[in-house]
Amino acid sequence: MYEWMVTARNYEERLQEEYLEGKQPAFDISAGPIPGELHLAAGQEAAAAGVCAHLRDADTVTAPHRPHHVAIAKGVDLKRMTAEIFGRQTGLSKGKGGHMHLFDPDVNFACSGIIAEGCPPAVGAALAAKKRGEDSVAVAYLGEGAISQGGFLESLNLASVHDLPVVFVIEDNDWAISMPKDRVTDVENGAQRAGGFDLPGRRVDQDDAVAVYEAADEAVGRARDGNGPTLLEVQVHRRMGHFMGDAQGYRPDTDEEQAKQRDSITRMETTLESAGIDESTIEELRDRSHDRVEEAIEWAKDQPEPEPDEAYEDVFADPPAGWTPAPESTTAEQTGGDD
Amino acid sequence: MAETESEGATDSELTMSRAMVDAIATELRENDDVFVMGEDVADYGGIFDSTEGLLEEFGREKIMDVPISETGFIGAAVGAAQAGMRPIAELMFADFFGVGMDQIYNQMAKNTYMSGAAVNVPMVLMTAVGGTYNDAAQHSQTLYGTFAHLPGMKVVVPSTAADAKGLMHTAIRDDDPVVYMFHKRLMGIGWMPAPEGPKTPVPEDDYTIEFGEADRKREGEDVTVVTLGLHVHRALEAADELAGESDLEVIDLRTLVPLDTEAVLESVRKTGRLVVVDEDYHSFGVSGEIVARATEGALDDLSAVRRVTMPDAPIPYARPLEQEVNPGTEDIVKAVRDIHD
Repeated sequence: MYEWMVTARNYEERLQEEYLEGKQPAFDISAGPIPGELHLAAGQEAAAAGVCAHLRDADTVTAPHRPHHVAIAKGVDLKRMTAEIFGRQTGLSKGKGGHMHLFDPDVNFACSGIIAEGCPPAVGAALAAKKRGEDSVAVAYLGEGAISQGGFLESLNLASVHDLPVVFVIEDNDWAISMPKDRVTDVENGAQRAGGFDLPGRRVDQDDAVAVYEAADEAVGRARDGNGPTLLEVQVHRRMGHFMGDAQGYRPDTDEEQAKQRDSITRMETTLESAGIDESTIEELRDRSHDRVEEAIEWAKDQPEPEPDEAYEDVFADPPAGWTPAPESTTAEQTGGDD
Repeated sequence: MAETESEGATDSELTMSRAMVDAIATELRENDDVFVMGEDVADYGGIFDSTEGLLEEFGREKIMDVPISETGFIGAAVGAAQAGMRPIAELMFADFFGVGMDQIYNQMAKNTYMSGAAVNVPMVLMTAVGGTYNDAAQHSQTLYGTFAHLPGMKVVVPSTAADAKGLMHTAIRDDDPVVYMFHKRLMGIGWMPAPEGPKTPVPEDDYTIEFGEADRKREGEDVTVVTLGLHVHRALEAADELAGESDLEVIDLRTLVPLDTEAVLESVRKTGRLVVVDEDYHSFGVSGEIVARATEGALDDLSAVRRVTMPDAPIPYARPLEQEVNPGTEDIVKAVRDIHD
């Protein structure tokens, strides 16, 4: 778990550096080697590692727009994921998806840029597993800002009514862009939403990967044993802005400082040390993750960009006969008057 | 059809977002029934600065941040409007319309009709549209056609600060639901530089621009270019590039519902050639509609038609792919050359 966490942190620190290249001093979102928005998950690693440690490749994970830590813990191909974020041809989605839309069917990972909209597809994956008599489970990640969204609430209900093997994981980082949690909900925490759907709701109050692991053990086990869904909420911390370039004028400095102090990675290191793991082993894990990240980034940057014409491919798995995205016939000259 | 006026040159230049906010602030001051609700509209001031600074003057009762729940808060705006208030709701990205679309097209758009006008829905639904910054298929769509296709909503698409302000005043005072679609690239936000053009002199006093009046942004003799939003500026760039070769007339539709068909017909009767430029998808949208109206109304005057549009493919992420599909100035130049060589 520690290796995933430290890989995710390293990875995002390196992405941040690459992303800011060409965007400084004046931040221009469309400049630099990494295009588009970038939402980093530094401070949320425990929620990814603690849950995904219980998952197999056949289990499905859907992540929201802040997906890298979960993708790493689920075993998404790091090189191809990086190539996708750099908009390269050999990326997971051939450069069509970008960082919010990573799909790796080899490990059943998908994500979506629309809030809470990963929940229904996770329910669908769980439904498929149940119908086929398989013991795989589905996990849907969402932020605490998403707990008011219909897609989430409807998914809780559907999963509960049909006893589906799905675990909903709320990553509570206290902020929905500029909205603090207390203006999103009047209940104390998101796990309480479970009560309205008659399924277990459990909250892990600290971003302690071991505590998350233990809570997830029960939730994933319950799903795998055919006993239905669980709603699990994990307190995490948003160390960065909502997206790169977010000046966070709405956020008290003290809050950002606190988020940085409550570091799940430091906490995990303390846990490992107190369990008798020596410093050199931890150092070795750190080095290995660092090398892996560098290798992925260097590989990705060497990959070719897609050819412009590839924009027209993949709209359909089975394109209808004669279909083109902008038919030539519509640009044929019309006649009817004097030129 | 209106002509762009130059006499406003003494008025101060504003970004498009500032001009929109000015209009909203004036309406908030003058009418207690006006309020704003949406995600990140208060402390953040709108992700694209569409409500920048309003919280400070008007407070949280008037500038309401809401939980992420488009069905809930857009529907609540409909209910408040039916109760006689004048809400301005913001859907952060037009792409997110799916989450709350029932409230938009089955309630907001239809309640006036279904009630036999027993109730009406005087609200504004503001939303950001458009690509050009590699944000991929769920955050870059324009979707003018989707909203204009569904009856019951007026649809506004400003391209300059001066238009943005006048159209916003009209939208808030209108007794029907108005979808106000602004292109992110035109807003003048720090992290997404705008092209030359949208920042214009804006009169300080409030004024309205009537819906259904297209604006001839450039007068020309050879080819009519009909467009809206960001692509007004790309069309004007194309006109400069083609100077001496082809004299373009650029029509900015400004509103899709109602649509100024007469402005299009008047222009194509003069030039005989039509290019429609639209950042929305190619099929079943604005470009098809304009061509249909032009052929219905001026078939005998037309010698050639071209469409420059977003192809029927989701908008890709990687830079070379997005540049390929998003209609650029060069695509407009090429379309004009195709029909006027």
